[in-house]
Amino acid sequence: MGRYVLRRLLQLVPVFLGTTFLIYMLVWAVPGDPLAGKCGARACPESYVAAVEAEYGLDQPVIIQYFNYLGNLLTGDFGQTFSGISVSELIADAYPVTIRLAIMALLIQSVIGLTAGVLSGLRPGGYVDNVVLASTLFLVAVPVFVTGYVLQTVLGLRLGIISPTVSSSASWSELIVPGYVLGSLSMAYVARLTRTSIAENMRADYVRTAVAKGLSRRRVVGVHLLRNSAIPVVTFLGADFGSLMAGAIVTEGIFNIRGIGGLVFEAIQSVEGVIVTGVVVLLVLVYLLVNLLVDVAYALLDPRIRLD
Amino acid sequence: MRSRRVAALLALSLSTTLVLSACGGGGGGEAADGGAATVSVFGTEPENTLIPGNTNETGGGKIVDAMWDGLVDYSADGTVSNLVAQSIETTDSKTFTITLNEGWTFHDGTPVLAKNFVDAWNYTAYSPNGLANASFFANVAGYADVHPADENAQPTAQTMSGLKVVDDRTFTVELSGPSAIFPTTLGYTVFYPLPDSFFADRAAFEQNPIGNGAFRYESRQPNQNVMLTRYDQYAGPQKPSIGGVEFRIYGDSQAAYQDVVSGNLDFLDTIPGSFLVDDLYKTDLPERSGSQPYQSINTMSFPLYDQRYSDVRLRQAISMAVDRQAIADTVYSGSVEPADGFVPRNVPGRAENQCGELCTFQPEKAKQLFTESGFTGPIELISNVDSAINQEWMQAACVSITNALGAECRFVPVPTFAEFLTQRDQEELTGIFRTGWIADYPSIENFLNPIYRVGGAANDAKYNSPQFEQLMARGDTAPTLPEAEAAWQEAERQLVKDMPSVPINDQSAQFGWSERLQNAQLSFRRELDLSTVTVTE
Repeated sequence: MGRYVLRRLLQLVPVFLGTTFLIYMLVWAVPGDPLAGKCGARACPESYVAAVEAEYGLDQPVIIQYFNYLGNLLTGDFGQTFSGISVSELIADAYPVTIRLAIMALLIQSVIGLTAGVLSGLRPGGYVDNVVLASTLFLVAVPVFVTGYVLQTVLGLRLGIISPTVSSSASWSELIVPGYVLGSLSMAYVARLTRTSIAENMRADYVRTAVAKGLSRRRVVGVHLLRNSAIPVVTFLGADFGSLMAGAIVTEGIFNIRGIGGLVFEAIQSVEGVIVTGVVVLLVLVYLLVNLLVDVAYALLDPRIRLD
Repeated sequence: MRSRRVAALLALSLSTTLVLSACGGGGGGEAADGGAATVSVFGTEPENTLIPGNTNETGGGKIVDAMWDGLVDYSADGTVSNLVAQSIETTDSKTFTITLNEGWTFHDGTPVLAKNFVDAWNYTAYSPNGLANASFFANVAGYADVHPADENAQPTAQTMSGLKVVDDRTFTVELSGPSAIFPTTLGYTVFYPLPDSFFADRAAFEQNPIGNGAFRYESRQPNQNVMLTRYDQYAGPQKPSIGGVEFRIYGDSQAAYQDVVSGNLDFLDTIPGSFLVDDLYKTDLPERSGSQPYQSINTMSFPLYDQRYSDVRLRQAISMAVDRQAIADTVYSGSVEPADGFVPRNVPGRAENQCGELCTFQPEKAKQLFTESGFTGPIELISNVDSAINQEWMQAACVSITNALGAECRFVPVPTFAEFLTQRDQEELTGIFRTGWIADYPSIENFLNPIYRVGGAANDAKYNSPQFEQLMARGDTAPTLPEAEAAWQEAERQLVKDMPSVPINDQSAQFGWSERLQNAQLSFRRELDLSTVTVTE
């Protein structure tokens, strides 16, 4: 197991290099001059353009810019935005918020999704099952921004139960509704995945054995059945954590959460290449690490799975 | 029994989280040192560092304007009065003697002296410093020495010969030619003074900017907010009653709007387009919203670098094919006035109804001119679609043009503003494109010179007319303001004849505020007037 983890960690190096390179090139291929709009409705004076290009090395070929960027990155320097803000400071501010939001979404979707999935999977075709199937179908069909705006308007604006946006401190309680919005789609998938998996394994031999041994129903479902049915769900949740962080753009935009999603979105629009690359590099790392965790979790869930 | 307990627990935890989340909003109402409350204002992330010479867009401009005061000040209707300046005197409109008021200090305690203005202006104009607003000093004598027209040439001097410090409170400005409008321009952001500490260490200053205005820099959390607190040694005549301002950064005005309605944010200067429809914002914000015209105009410009648009009959036909009143009524719910010239209403020095029938909807006449011009190919209207309601009014204009001319008009969207600007600056826009202008300072001159003069900073149509140039030059160098204004008005009439762009409507601003605010008014710059606004806890 240790060797396996080490090998996976070493694999991060080429992936890291490849993604940063790709992202860097893509960002500079985005149409639009990074200096457009810096001077309001006027075109920027040439002396200003020249000074900024020299300061940020924009006058050099992209490939050289990339290697300079990489060199700085290895020393922990993420660079600076055109307005003189250090990117690492921006990321340090935004990351905790997005991670909290993603964890909140993950919690909501796994708790509600798993519960609904288990309940409906135990009695396929029953009343609960039909309710879960219909409501998850609804959740899948409605786009996230609709859920977001509706909850924000109804709960925040009309009923006044929540604040329509999240403050800069972004406390856990403020993130419940945005977390629900962000997680709602995956929650439906988790419920359906769990349901299928449970319904399938209900007829498995080991379940019949466990029941025949005279184990209580709670132990049969909670330990034997759920543990074996959880593997596809855990795979999904693991992959989802990464996409929750990247996919938070819409949710963060609606609730004005100053996290990674909004940061990347605005940075792409204003062609702030350093921000986009910096954030995406970190996202890639999180994604890879979470997937590693998921693989390790397999072995714990099912000892038959050997990792090395 | 068991299920009831679970239900009770659930209900309890649910209600506590709801209460907690309702409290967690943070309305920006924390009392500052002086005991007066802070006002939270909608803001966007500044594009450049927070120094006057480098700020020319609204995100940073709002903050810089709150932190600095200039030699003169503009009231909301465009009246100019002295502020830091005690007097600005001239006999020939070419040499100005500027005397400063006593008692003004920067936020670090150092006095505001004549050299602070002279040094700041010289620094901004000097081309190797690469500041965005250098061109504003182009008419100061000696500008060419510090900022050669050729970008590869080295400047031969560090300071402009036209600026001279006489004593601590007096300096003189010599222009390269007479300009009656010069004193009016001095309230614009780029003419603010800078303290000595800026020149000692620019990088440190950018981290902690120091101004001379009513509010001083407190803290900044990038992408979240910028906090300013009241500067109690402020020497201006109108001391603010609020304790400070928080410029809260929003990704878009939609979320900010929700916050204003629920009392989470105190002031929003741009109601999002979807809430302007049917005046929805007036229902959401009863007695808490306003609509006020400001000195700004919406136009559509022709790419004159494209031969197809060289026939003036075509340009006039397009102008007469646009039903301005219908756009004002349907797209803007009647909150704007159709344009009747190239200069919006309320701008000092403006003449009424300059455009006359050429800006009036006349489908038959338009069609006749259009046919005569022999224009072939579809008419295209181009705009970015990532902000405001540009798309809506341009589409409405397109419908009107199609109906009037019987020729196909297509709206061509450009996804982002950055892309639109790039295409515009590289002369790649080959259809009629959206333009607009907001006054830097209140004068008819500001709506003509930068937009239509050859080499003007915003002459995107690449308009070039010798007659216009001549008339503008006469206005720019006239010794008195009335003479100058007469010449500029004549130049505007030349514009009407040539129609390099089509004026559509004068702009108006819709804004909303929370229940905590009283006397919320817009300043000349379409920002919350921080000196008069009051707040209750």
